[in-house]
Amino acid sequence: MIDLELVTDNEQVKEEKFDANSYLNMELLRFTTAGSVDDGKSTLIGRLLYDSKSIFEDQYEAIKATSEKHGDQYVNLALLTDGLKAEREQGITIDVAYRYFSTPKRKFIIADTPGHIQYTRNMVTGASTANLAIILIDARKGVIEQTRRHSIIASLLGIPHIAVCINKMDMVDYNQEVFEKIVDDYRTFATRLKTKDIHFIPVSALLGDNIVNRSENMKWYEGVTLLYLLETIHIASDINHIDLRFPVQYVIRPFSDKFHDYRGYAGRIASGVIRPGDKITVLPSGFTSKVKKVELDGKALEEAFAPMSVTVLLEDDIDISRGDMLVRENNLPRQSQDIEAMVCWMSDKPLQINGKYALKHTTKDVRAVIKEIKYKLDINSLHRITENPSIGMNDIGRISLRTTKPLCCDAYTKNRDTGSFILIDEATNVTVGACMVID
Amino acid sequence: MSYTLNHLKTLESESVFILREVAAQFQNPAILFSGGKDSILVTYLAKKAFYPAAIPFPLVHIDTGHNFAETMEYRDKLVEKLDAKLIVGSVQDSIDHGRVAEEKGYNASRIRLQTTTLLDIIEKYKFDACIGGARRDEEKARAKERFFSHRDEFGQWDPKNQRPELWNLFNGRMNQGENFRVFPISNWTELDVWQYLAMEGIEMPSLYFSHKRRVFYRDNNWLAESPNIPMRTTEVVEEKVVRFRTIGDITSTGATLSSASTLNDIIQEVAATRVTERGGRADDKRSETSMEDRKKEGYF
Repeated sequence: MIDLELVTDNEQVKEEKFDANSYLNMELLRFTTAGSVDDGKSTLIGRLLYDSKSIFEDQYEAIKATSEKHGDQYVNLALLTDGLKAEREQGITIDVAYRYFSTPKRKFIIADTPGHIQYTRNMVTGASTANLAIILIDARKGVIEQTRRHSIIASLLGIPHIAVCINKMDMVDYNQEVFEKIVDDYRTFATRLKTKDIHFIPVSALLGDNIVNRSENMKWYEGVTLLYLLETIHIASDINHIDLRFPVQYVIRPFSDKFHDYRGYAGRIASGVIRPGDKITVLPSGFTSKVKKVELDGKALEEAFAPMSVTVLLEDDIDISRGDMLVRENNLPRQSQDIEAMVCWMSDKPLQINGKYALKHTTKDVRAVIKEIKYKLDINSLHRITENPSIGMNDIGRISLRTTKPLCCDAYTKNRDTGSFILIDEATNVTVGACMVID
Repeated sequence: MSYTLNHLKTLESESVFILREVAAQFQNPAILFSGGKDSILVTYLAKKAFYPAAIPFPLVHIDTGHNFAETMEYRDKLVEKLDAKLIVGSVQDSIDHGRVAEEKGYNASRIRLQTTTLLDIIEKYKFDACIGGARRDEEKARAKERFFSHRDEFGQWDPKNQRPELWNLFNGRMNQGENFRVFPISNWTELDVWQYLAMEGIEMPSLYFSHKRRVFYRDNNWLAESPNIPMRTTEVVEEKVVRFRTIGDITSTGATLSSASTLNDIIQEVAATRVTERGGRADDKRSETSMEDRKKEGYF
């Protein structure tokens, strides 16, 4: 059993005394990884956690003991991310697992998902809230079907940044030409993706090259390490701060003498900024009013922006309830009962044309009937299948549907919160479809 | 003007959103209150989410009868301060009524028995959603837990058949007799919790801060001397300066030798620490999958 070498030149990550208030400036970055057994995804995550000192002694001892029991040559860092009993027995990841680590600069949430085509729904789930996707390429294999599939899902789900890690560089003698060739191939393919911000890093997850510490073996690489990229990539502009969308989640009406006339509209700002004095329009009623106060926990705020949860008080006493949306008069979302969307199907029972489903969009619940399947997408090639398309488990396709009441929505590419909705099977109550509104 | 939120405010916003979603989607929710820092955090976040209205859920404490005196004192003060409603489910009652049988021996614990008491309380009060302070970073079976976690009519968790959770859309629909567990602080780590408590200046139970206590050593842990824990003749009680990283049932909560006496000391200690917080919890050490097994049966 070879014990992993402790990294010595990066001790400050955990050992450094925390500046008492430095954490008040840390940002949160959510990223997703997709991969299957052999491409080293679990090793990559294990390496990030291990080299950033986010693995505890008892966790390390536990996986070391398990590795010994399996007769592994190395301490298998991949074991850190295998959660459920069935997964450990079969050596696969069958669900989204969430991992956490932080450095003095940022807190990270990893949505770790399986990469096989039969787990598309898990990849979509993990991608739905991510700022960044890590795409792993085996340097020996180059851009393959799985690379394209993961990238297409990241792009469809509107992930703003992609980090392409060309892994197992140690197996190709850290050869620069191999790396360059893969970068070229990927760039050619990526012209069809919506994601514009793409970074390439040559790494060895097993040996730790360019994950946290710069590689001594690839002096020709002048870019940054993966962790440095994760720590510094600009994410503040990922959120839409232009179009005010405030879905009313809950109406706060205290039963006390002191707050007898209080009526607060609670919710999380989906996009945009809201300030006292702003003129707002309530949808779908169309009533207008002025913002009297924006607060949380009784503390007044000068302004609030996405993704803050706040309570909004208005000057006028108008009828507003859960599912309504506060917006600005000159910046309205689309209001329609006829919706065009991309759907990722998540149920064994295929999508039914003319089938009726419960639909959840922002804080609003309606019912919907499926009118048409326009096409099914081959997610390995982006090819559109239009001849008798049917949409079953893990399929992605374009549909049109009609809702019982109008939805106040935006295109998903403009707004991930107001542009997304889910379909629910009314008999089983299970979530069966994840949908994105098309421009 | 840069519109950025720090990680603690981002987590706060997410948790407040979940708590409001529970109030909107369920008829009769409750907060499972253990007296530990995580359930204290959830309770304060609930106060924030609905102020100036009262917290629209009662606090439910499943009382093993093996508590630290400090926990009970803190609980009662908090309930009074927030004007919350408290419901106590007693494991002792479940034992007295023959619903469960007490474990025997030196490592006897009432942790597993709590599940029966909890399921009985859920049925008695017809709770359709129980809000808990579990975090995904605590334990590997919890890493795959949803925010809205569906339980069948037997209160069981089926980890292989969980509902997908996408974007900020939470599906709380269910059939008669089923219920949900909801975990608003899923994405918080131990360090996040302490940093937030310090940032907000929330008063915490004295057990978390270093103090002198009579303890004895067993299975790599310091346990508090208590009439509820039978001691072996070879075990010796000593006085040590300790604090608790987690607070649970007295029989299974190990103390840490520590001189951390303020929230900032604790943040320093947690940031530098090399052992997970549940490393001191005897209930998780019974087998590699003990948490997953307990959760399937209906544990928190």
